[in-house]
Amino acid sequence: MSLADAAGTLLALIARLITGAQGHWKGCPPMAEQRIYFANHQSHLDWVLIWAALPHDLRASTRPIAARDYWTSSRFKQWLTSEVFRAVYVSRTRAQGSTGSVTDDQDPLEPLVDALQGGDSLVIFPEGTRSLKGEPVPFKSGLYHLAQQFPGVRLVPTWIDNVQRVMPKGEVVPVPILCTVTFGAPLALQDGEDKRAFLDRARAAVLALRPPAP
Amino acid sequence: MMVWVDPRQMGVDQQVGLLFVLLFGVLLLATAAVTLLALRRGTDSADPRHARLLGDLRDLWVGALVFWVAWVSGPVGATLAFGIFSFLALREFITLAPTRRSDHRSLILAFFVVLPLQYVLVGSRSFDLFTVFIPVYVFLAIPVISALAGDPERFLERNAKIQWGITVCVYGLSHAPALLLLEFRRDEGRGAFLVFFLVVVVAAAQIAQELMSRWLRRRPVARHIDRSFSVRAWLAGALAAAGLGALLFWITPFEAPQALAMAFIAGGAGTLGEFVMKALKKDAGVRFWGNRASITGAVGLLDRVAPLCFAAPVFFHSVRWFFQFSG
Repeated sequence: MSLADAAGTLLALIARLITGAQGHWKGCPPMAEQRIYFANHQSHLDWVLIWAALPHDLRASTRPIAARDYWTSSRFKQWLTSEVFRAVYVSRTRAQGSTGSVTDDQDPLEPLVDALQGGDSLVIFPEGTRSLKGEPVPFKSGLYHLAQQFPGVRLVPTWIDNVQRVMPKGEVVPVPILCTVTFGAPLALQDGEDKRAFLDRARAAVLALRPPAP
Repeated sequence: MMVWVDPRQMGVDQQVGLLFVLLFGVLLLATAAVTLLALRRGTDSADPRHARLLGDLRDLWVGALVFWVAWVSGPVGATLAFGIFSFLALREFITLAPTRRSDHRSLILAFFVVLPLQYVLVGSRSFDLFTVFIPVYVFLAIPVISALAGDPERFLERNAKIQWGITVCVYGLSHAPALLLLEFRRDEGRGAFLVFFLVVVVAAAQIAQELMSRWLRRRPVARHIDRSFSVRAWLAGALAAAGLGALLFWITPFEAPQALAMAFIAGGAGTLGEFVMKALKKDAGVRFWGNRASITGAVGLLDRVAPLCFAAPVFFHSVRWFFQFSG
């Protein structure tokens, strides 16, 4: 086991200890097929939570998106994203959102396309930025373009719950609070479906996974 | 050929060993019985009652194993094991008690300062500080940190919830390893028996109360909180605990009548604590405590340890008080 593997296992363990990171596979079982998980984005921890909720053998082939300028700015960050998580780097050519953003440009999608062609699964946050209101903001079009180009890749809507309580914006130390990651039934782009209609449908599918308030 | 050895003539370690052999033997028998029953009846595992029984058994196994590991690894291991239980229980408690953003610092204090410190105090046997650390010092520290965050909205409610969580999940539960480390003048290293005694007696009280409430069908005292709780059922539970405690007196530093009284106190406190936790769950809006409703995954540990959280401090101080006078 390499150092990166060990670090990954340790991070997943910490995420589970802090948040439980329970994966609820409601719409599809965890399977080794090519997938794009698209999720609501409320915290920096979102990616780690999804990753920790995945079964161990799926983690190696499931990759996040990371903004190149931020995540390569120090050696540690670079090591963490490239070695541990095998992140797909995108350049934020236009000042668009934060980590994991997918912009309207065709250009920024290129690394994602490469990764999908290589057979990997991806986790994307189509809102482009962290939403703090609870409800996801309208999705950006990257998901649509990927769905068009890769009809064989399953699109799995994902809802991450409670994570905003673990680490509110501006705080550094996470507080242990139980979170869940709910995976829904895969979505497919229909013939001739309009871009906006598809993106709204995708957003509704994510929102539908939100557990009812107790 | 069987030779009956009087357990009182064995060394303490041998006695504890015997205890574990008995414990795991009973568990093994129970597991075998449940499995055989399922095979004979041909019940599929989808049957919820069967699944629940299996789940309970699995919890018992885990509990027994943890207990054994804690004993084998000595005071440090036991303190650590209960510290982790505290952490997980507090995590569940805080998940169900919605806090605001401004509580973040208080929660960090609770999880990463108060909890470890309390267990360090237990581990180092500083029993005087350990009994006042949370009720006195933390009681002041939490609201101060909260006030510094500058958010007056529902201030009392938020702080009360955090204080409650700490008191139940950290302060209460930390008394269990403290028992383990209590030193008696007459017998060294008997603490493990006291913890075992406490756990068994509290469990017996719970089971007896549950069975009696089904059998008696009394009018519940507080129907909106718990449909099965009645004074008689509670008394039956505490009495069952007392009876079992008296039977087990030989593993404790007590004589039979004292063991009976102690077990009554511990069992009664445990089931009352469970009752209080039910009220709390109703307040938090968790009506159905099944797996399906567990949105946040708060299914279980707090449920299992809650009676212990309430019984342990009462029992601990009863024991200490008793030995101060008669030790």
